[in-house]
Amino acid sequence: MKLSSRHLLGIDGMTAEEVALILDTAEGFVQISAREIKKVPTLRGKTVVNFFVEPSTRTRSSFELAEKRLSADALNFSASTSSFSKGESLLDTAKNLEAMSPDFIIIRHSEPGSPHFLARHVDATIVNAGDGAHEHPTQALLDAFTIRKHKGRLEGLRVAIVGDINHSRVVRSNVLLLTLMGAHVVVCGPPTLLPREFDAMGCSMTYKVDEALEGADVVMALRVQHERMNAGYFPTTREYARQFGVNGTRLKLAKDDAIVMHPGPMNRGVEISGDLADGARSVILEQVANGVAVRMAVLYLLAGEPARETTS
Amino acid sequence: MKRLLKNGRVVDPAGGTDGQRDILIEDGRIAAIDESIEPGRNEVIDLAGLTICPGFIDMHVHFREPGQEWKETVATGAAAAASGGFTAVACMPNTVPVMDNRSLVEFVRAQGREAGMARVWPIGAVTKGQNGEELAEIGDMFEAGAVAFSDDGRPIRSSQIMRMALEYSKIFDIPVIDHCEDRELVADGVVHEGWVSSRLGFKGWPGVAEDIMVGRNILLSEYTGGHVHIAHMSTARSAQLVREAKSRGSRVTCEVTPHHLVLDHEAVMGFDTYTKMNPPLRAAEDLLEGLADGTVDAIATDHAPHHCDEKCVEFSRAPFGVVGLETAVSICLDRLVHRDIIPLSRMVELFTTGPAGVLGLDKGKIEVGAEADITVLDLDREVTVDAGEFESKSENSPFLKWDLRGRPVLTMVDGRIIHDRR
Repeated sequence: MKLSSRHLLGIDGMTAEEVALILDTAEGFVQISAREIKKVPTLRGKTVVNFFVEPSTRTRSSFELAEKRLSADALNFSASTSSFSKGESLLDTAKNLEAMSPDFIIIRHSEPGSPHFLARHVDATIVNAGDGAHEHPTQALLDAFTIRKHKGRLEGLRVAIVGDINHSRVVRSNVLLLTLMGAHVVVCGPPTLLPREFDAMGCSMTYKVDEALEGADVVMALRVQHERMNAGYFPTTREYARQFGVNGTRLKLAKDDAIVMHPGPMNRGVEISGDLADGARSVILEQVANGVAVRMAVLYLLAGEPARETTS
Repeated sequence: MKRLLKNGRVVDPAGGTDGQRDILIEDGRIAAIDESIEPGRNEVIDLAGLTICPGFIDMHVHFREPGQEWKETVATGAAAAASGGFTAVACMPNTVPVMDNRSLVEFVRAQGREAGMARVWPIGAVTKGQNGEELAEIGDMFEAGAVAFSDDGRPIRSSQIMRMALEYSKIFDIPVIDHCEDRELVADGVVHEGWVSSRLGFKGWPGVAEDIMVGRNILLSEYTGGHVHIAHMSTARSAQLVREAKSRGSRVTCEVTPHHLVLDHEAVMGFDTYTKMNPPLRAAEDLLEGLADGTVDAIATDHAPHHCDEKCVEFSRAPFGVVGLETAVSICLDRLVHRDIIPLSRMVELFTTGPAGVLGLDKGKIEVGAEADITVLDLDREVTVDAGEFESKSENSPFLKWDLRGRPVLTMVDGRIIHDRR
């Protein structure tokens, strides 16, 4: 089986079979990272541009490692050091990158739809590494991979996602992916940070954190970004932590074997308590480790001949 | 020279006419209307099978001159209007510099006359520099030919300034047109706030931001007796507020755009910047009742040309606005008339006596003695929207490649043919 699109722009538009294919493929890549020689020749001769217009440490490093372990030539192109910061348009920057004949462009950008824009205008395979508050498909895939490792399945699980839903691309990709795979997702945050009609995506919504955690198999806390802290969405960080912080007391409402996740970077003591983040139920660092394998799987599958051409 | 329009079906809502009439034009005016007029030695224009309407008026366009001539000029805009079946347009003052004084009003009128296409009526700014702080010289601009006043694109934030504008406009009996938007509620909004904005991760633009200002404007209009006109109304709640105000006899009028009448917010899901405008696409269905029941006074395009390079950027960084002059009539015929949402006579009214009435002008009628401004429609002409055929300098239309039935085929101003594709 192959992926139907030559790009990975989002979870939106993917089928359950495609998600399962990526997760299954990633299983095979996990052990490569455990070897002494962490490298396979799969993408030898392929060029990958990591085009990160927005700051990122975790995701960019993860992609870079995935590329290098697949023997691809990786070029890092970040906003601050490029002509992009001199006012060159995204289109012109992308056309210039394209002139260097990359096979893949991995894009991180602050504006929703930027990867889709790129896919319309350049020939390379585009992978969305986060576009504003829209999608972050490889994060959702690595989250699903991590959940599946622990729970053996996705179908029928209850997943609670707590935090700044409004500004999170992670939550959107996760809701799309997990509901596609038959999980039930409940999103929770202050009403000021819950997007209107968000339940149209197939999840349920609540601003009562106890209700969200009740019986959960998976509890995912989302980062509260610093710039939101003083923007009037909630009174103080302290009050946020009291109302919505995931901590040991609240976790008692979840199932006994519930796992705790966070896409990072964390604000300890705000959206998640430090002891929980470091505790036995936390799988936060596994998420990071699995990210490399999942991204290797994505690149590997996209490098194959597509079954049919689509540019969503 | 005399011209005889022969064998056409005349639809003139003002005179209650819908039937075959011949129209004789002499010296730029309508000299006679009758069921049959002998050709004699006059030039005959045979319009059998076609529909003759009073010249269409678009009371809300942006022609970008002076200042942003790469997007549009008065001449290219007026040519686009003629091609789209419009014989007159009212152009908004958000030029660079802002049209807030007599000399710019005169300049735009002169450019319009020179172009010799559709009539170009300037709309003056309400406040100096559209800053919303001090009234501009409304009287001077009125005397120079401004037909209305607006800070369009910038809502009049201060209720006090809006009150002053409505009070002062009474001297000239002209409307103050407001772009209704509570700026704080909209903030960096990009698309309508609803499930689409939530799914795409865009900052939402709530309908209530419009409703609040519509409500304020109605209250101020009722308090002052000034005439307020709501530009490009986009929500059901605003329509309801206007409907109620009208039933109280208030001097409140409103317009809607063709794109808000046929497109929903789902249209933005492909991140096509040609679906990005202000106000954003919401729910077309919400406006149709007001269109049919008389709440809406006019259909206006809000023709907002932008160069394709400016639109070819990330969605949230693209400027707001779409062109509309060359698609409006086909869109309305295909989507409103042929789909039985409104009858043809109502559509013609929304493009003729409707906007003329808002502007207080004796236009939009086919009657003896009137200036011979005529729009001729072929109700069944099939058209595929093609930017390559646009007279406008810009192509930012959400309707590119749409297949539509119905098209304007002949446009006349003062009895002169300014566009002909029969």
